[in-house]
Amino acid sequence: MNTIYILWIRQLKRFIRSKSRIIGSLGQPVLFLLALGYGFGPVFQKAGEGSYLQFLAPGVIGMSIIFTAIFSGMEIIWDRQFGFLKETLVAPVSRLNIMIGRTLGGATVATIQGAIVFCISLLAGFRPYHWTSVPLALLAMSLIALLFTAFGTAIASRMQDMHGFQLVINFLVMPLFFLSGSLFPLQGLPVAIYIVASLDPLTYGVDALRGALTNTGHFNLSLDFLVLTLVTATFLVIGSWLFSKIEV
Amino acid sequence: MSIIKVNNLTKKFHEVTAVDNISFEVAEGEIFAFLGPNGAGKSTTIKMLTTLLHPTSGTLKLNGFNPVTDPSDVRRSFGIVFQDPSLDDELTAWENMEFHGVLYDIEKKLRRERIKQLLEYVELWDRKDDLVKHFSGGMKRRLEIARGLLHHPKILFLDEPTLGLDPQTRNHVWTYVQELNKSEGITVFFTTHYMQEAERAAKRIAIIDHGKIIASGSADELKNKTQTSSLEDAFLSLTGDMIREEAGTSLDNMRSRMRVYKR
Repeated sequence: MNTIYILWIRQLKRFIRSKSRIIGSLGQPVLFLLALGYGFGPVFQKAGEGSYLQFLAPGVIGMSIIFTAIFSGMEIIWDRQFGFLKETLVAPVSRLNIMIGRTLGGATVATIQGAIVFCISLLAGFRPYHWTSVPLALLAMSLIALLFTAFGTAIASRMQDMHGFQLVINFLVMPLFFLSGSLFPLQGLPVAIYIVASLDPLTYGVDALRGALTNTGHFNLSLDFLVLTLVTATFLVIGSWLFSKIEV
Repeated sequence: MSIIKVNNLTKKFHEVTAVDNISFEVAEGEIFAFLGPNGAGKSTTIKMLTTLLHPTSGTLKLNGFNPVTDPSDVRRSFGIVFQDPSLDDELTAWENMEFHGVLYDIEKKLRRERIKQLLEYVELWDRKDDLVKHFSGGMKRRLEIARGLLHHPKILFLDEPTLGLDPQTRNHVWTYVQELNKSEGITVFFTTHYMQEAERAAKRIAIIDHGKIIASGSADELKNKTQTSSLEDAFLSLTGDMIREEAGTSLDNMRSRMRVYKR
């Protein structure tokens, strides 16, 4: 328990101390909210879909979480590079506890980031349909965060250095985000895109956020949570297994 | 009593044999130097002793435990200062110590006492709340040594502990280590490229080359055996004067690039 706690608190301290990282990672969501939210707003309205900002905000929250979470998971590579990973691997604690502590830490950071973006979206004019749904949205945020931190850990366990980072961002994170229905409604999509979107775990994350915050989810809210939980569990198992195989 | 026992240890990476059927023992309370050119198999051997790598064949015993089957017992038995820095730069000196103490399950009151005592010992107590990224190379090394001792290990591994340090700091580090060895009876297993250090500190020396131990004994024995007047000459006479190529991993390449950037 202590092991998990100290690894968790370490991730948090690192996050809080890197002010530039916090501010830097808020730039993109703000830009998306303002440029896309207000830019596409009139077109969206004309198409009879209502307020685009209301639609977009949960997607942008999801985006900031997936980016932060994958990055947190991949911090193992930095630890490997700066040697700190060895310090944890020669300690008399199980690899599983190390992985759990790190992942919880990374997921907490990503959830906080999501909550900050949620607050920013309120400033930009987004309104949840009912304030009592906010805790449910936070639950969805932490599941998305956990899922993608475990995912990042799994990838990073197989990588020696940061050279592949751009590859991961461009060929995994970007497609996961753009094909998740964060930016566009899932109704009436071409079949191929719809199939891809329904295979993307982030789709269910964003849909859960949308369902909780604006009551306009595409899928049933319980289906969203079921898929999120199952995929998270799977990635946690895969991530732990790959992490336990790390040799330095 | 031997605290480290290595028998017919071999490690192969694909076709390359990094460590080739070596055997040696280190007595409890001894300072033991493990020398060899780059790529000779020193770090690989240390990684196997410290549970980071599994041997391909052969047996290992540390403090009576087998690193393959009882990694946790082995891990509690040793402290290590790695060849490369292994501190968290974004944490303070105190937090790095605290992190280590929690991982080694040292009870809180005892942990706090020891952290204070050790940080005073390496003269870093007044800098305990500074982030490690603001420390000099020598300060980081001292902190790593303090950290490696926090759980009162029986064996201390030092993998090129003085690499890149100035003579003053090197002297400082070795004085600590020798004092510790005397006062606490800690067994010290170290590697270095500075032959004077091995000559000064080590009671026994083993020289490894191409994965095999080619000579062992005290510095004087090695000098007599090779008819040379210094350990450096003895080392060169045993290992030849060819420059070795060490296969660099992408990680090493990245590190050396980072070093260039820092300049």
